[in-house]
Amino acid sequence: MKTKRLLDRDEVLGPLCLLPVVIYMALFIGFPFVMSFVYSISNVTIGNPHYRIVGLQNFIAIVEDPVFRKSLVNTCIFTFVSISIVIVLGHILAELLRREFRGKWVVRFLVMLPWTAPIALGAIGFLWFLDSVFSPIDWLLRTWGLLGSPDSLFGAQSNLYWLGRPELAMTSVILVHVWRILPLAAVILLAGMNAIPREIIEAAQVDGAGYFRRLFHIILPLLFPVIGVTILFATFFTFTDMTVVWILTKGGPPPNSTQVLASLAFLKGIAGGDLAQAAAVALFFFPVLAGIAAIVLRLVKKAVVT
Amino acid sequence: MATVEFRGVTKNFGQVKATDGVDLAIKDGELLVLLGPSGSGKSTLMRLCAGLEQPTSGTIAIDGVVVNDVSPRERGIAMVFQSYALYPHKTVFDNIAFPLTVEHMAKEDIRKKVEWAAGLFGIGRLLDRMPSQLSGGERQRVAIARALVRRPRVLLMDEPLSNLDAKERHYARGELKKFQRGIGVTTIYVTHDQVEAMGLGDRIAVLCEGRLRQVGTPEEIYDRPADIFVAGFIGIPPMNFIEREGRIAGFRPEVFRPLELVQGDELMRLRYRIERVENLGGYRVAYGVVDGTPILAKLPHRYPVTEGEEHDFAVSIRDIHFFHKDTGLRIEG
Amino acid sequence: MKRFLARSGFYGGLTFFVLFAAAPFYIMLITMFKRNHDLLNPANNPFFFTEPPTLDHVKLLFLQSLYPEFLLNTLLVGIAVVAITLVLAVPAAFSLARIAGGWGQNLAIGIFLTYLIPPTLLFIPLSRIISLFGLEDSLWSLILVYPTFTVPFCTWLLMSFFKSIPKDIEEQALIDGCSRVGAFFRVLFPLALPGIVTVIVFAFTLVANEYIYALAFIQDSAKKTIGIGMTTELVRGDVFYWGPLMGGALIASIPEALLYTFFLDRIVAGLAAGTTR
Repeated sequence: MKTKRLLDRDEVLGPLCLLPVVIYMALFIGFPFVMSFVYSISNVTIGNPHYRIVGLQNFIAIVEDPVFRKSLVNTCIFTFVSISIVIVLGHILAELLRREFRGKWVVRFLVMLPWTAPIALGAIGFLWFLDSVFSPIDWLLRTWGLLGSPDSLFGAQSNLYWLGRPELAMTSVILVHVWRILPLAAVILLAGMNAIPREIIEAAQVDGAGYFRRLFHIILPLLFPVIGVTILFATFFTFTDMTVVWILTKGGPPPNSTQVLASLAFLKGIAGGDLAQAAAVALFFFPVLAGIAAIVLRLVKKAVVT
Repeated sequence: MATVEFRGVTKNFGQVKATDGVDLAIKDGELLVLLGPSGSGKSTLMRLCAGLEQPTSGTIAIDGVVVNDVSPRERGIAMVFQSYALYPHKTVFDNIAFPLTVEHMAKEDIRKKVEWAAGLFGIGRLLDRMPSQLSGGERQRVAIARALVRRPRVLLMDEPLSNLDAKERHYARGELKKFQRGIGVTTIYVTHDQVEAMGLGDRIAVLCEGRLRQVGTPEEIYDRPADIFVAGFIGIPPMNFIEREGRIAGFRPEVFRPLELVQGDELMRLRYRIERVENLGGYRVAYGVVDGTPILAKLPHRYPVTEGEEHDFAVSIRDIHFFHKDTGLRIEG
Repeated sequence: MKRFLARSGFYGGLTFFVLFAAAPFYIMLITMFKRNHDLLNPANNPFFFTEPPTLDHVKLLFLQSLYPEFLLNTLLVGIAVVAITLVLAVPAAFSLARIAGGWGQNLAIGIFLTYLIPPTLLFIPLSRIISLFGLEDSLWSLILVYPTFTVPFCTWLLMSFFKSIPKDIEEQALIDGCSRVGAFFRVLFPLALPGIVTVIVFAFTLVANEYIYALAFIQDSAKKTIGIGMTTELVRGDVFYWGPLMGGALIASIPEALLYTFFLDRIVAGLAAGTTR
């Protein structure tokens, strides 16, 4: 009998298996993460690799910048409004998808499309949908007499210019965010609903509780953790996203009506070359993400203990 | 074939002592049952022997060679898990052949050996099936065939019958004993079921809270329990205990009988108030009290008793076990 | 009557959601076969053909644009990233699920949390690192960086798949003569194969979805991946090549969406299991 080979020892094999991941993540997540803090207090630009620390100057500059403040407010509005709509609609959609019906697979595939197809491509579809001249929505409204003649509900002009007017542009961006996140929310909520033991709902039914009583007293309270998870994911994706805004409006229409933190950071950093200010802008994600992380951490820890 | 020896084996999981200084020697070809309630450390002891756990202190020797630092695959052992742990993605043949394939044995030899093992357990016709297509009893046989195909030095079995229903279990127990005798492999068998232990074991090792309480033949364990725990754990219904002259007197329900039926010179007479009688088919069990202590009795066939009344019962002194009041240890004499 | 109302409400709701979700893709389908003359007349019904359909846009897309390159680039990056992800995540997940004890639990949570550091925060320093390596305009920049978001998620998913396989079976393999590594390849890996396929699909869809890094690192038209290629190369200033644009978006979306939908339940189940075990 030989003594144990090296790879049979847990204390060798365990860390060895983790080493590549830890090294990779330290290099490509940890290091850049730290660097984004360093950049935010420096004067680094793309053209100037030799930078020095300048303190909080960047933060002062961006906080005084009305474009930044507008972006921050926009980001929060987009996130909050989208999530509110998504939670309500997602719940309804999940409720519908719970039932069995013919052709469910096709329906599910179609309903999931906004999430399963790449968002950049989906947004391209919306670019046409919301076009200033050819928008199919405008065409429908014109056909129904709601647009294009002097006594129409939406006015006499032939188009609504979805992406050309500040309020409509914001509405459009929110619409696309809702469109994108809704399937994900529905799937998570659906999984949560299916996890509620049937007996509990049946017991309530036997006890004579009506639909709304069951919904508000039994199903929703049991769903709270799942709704929490849905909100976390949806917030994360909406708050940090720039793809939708970038493709639809690039932050416009002027002046920065739909600019968000992510797109502003991209404009400043990659397009403008000012990495330092861009890093400072992006760091405003941090409090929100840290908050999400803290909640996730608590959820996961609790789940691990039980 | 081989001997197995545990010397002062302690295993801690954090603060919990799963086994605590266990000394135990298993003889060549013997079937030793590790018996104890759940959490007594019996499974840990077996996993230590298999090499799936490392002892915190102490040594484990197989055939006199310390194997603490030897990995499971090089210990020459086989194990049957409670779940049978059949590989769900392999056929029965491939399951049984697996330990041989790992050794890179020639295909023809593998086929012969698998057929030998399958023949031994009457599962030859199942060789092409997948584990999911087998019944509980068939899975158990496949698991044992796989364990024996490599001719292990030591066979470890962790509650292998607990997933069978009562009838299958009765039959399988007899079969197991037959095969173990036939092949003569040193076997350690873990169970919490005393009937299984009494029926199967050449010797039984009783464990409680990680400590070895008694090792002996089924007769020794039953007739001369080493302490109150063993005495109370073995026997259905369990032993009665009553305090007498600063000692604990223990006697089994089957020797606690109506006065006129007890033979012998020295008797302990007791006034027994019977509160309830349970008819269990073959026999009846009386639940009652003696001086306020709850006492069970196995009633003789057709013997008339009345619930709620006092009866004269007695135990022959020969049938009483005395234990130390503080340590719980047996007092000889 | 009440049942009729409930049924019509059910189907009405379903229709609404299907229309809402699929409308852009339906429009893509129609537009990709529409003649420009038909397409660019605001009076024509945009939901159907006024003039006979044509294959011109599809031809343009595949024969006269960089679209095939975009697809190929995405595929190449996807395959490379999936490979790197598996090499990094499989052993890590195995170690975290089976070997590591208490500290492993914390490390697992730590890995999961890194998923919450978004590309929008990391692309600024990463773009500098990429330029230091001289990898701008190279697919290698994406191959190197994309595992930052595939690895955390996939490690977590794989961990839950590994944990769902009974420990007994692996220990049985150890006793039957396998080494730790041997038991992994002979027993655990085959049993976790459905989970591993799920992870491959998932990592691939994440790659195809990525936009920001690609936008920041790649300027060379021929090196672009599908998402940024479409929105930068088929839109020249104010000129939108609507037909090819819609067609390209649809053709690239459908296979991915099909795969993703097929594996969606398993991904969700894996995530749920990961958080409850």
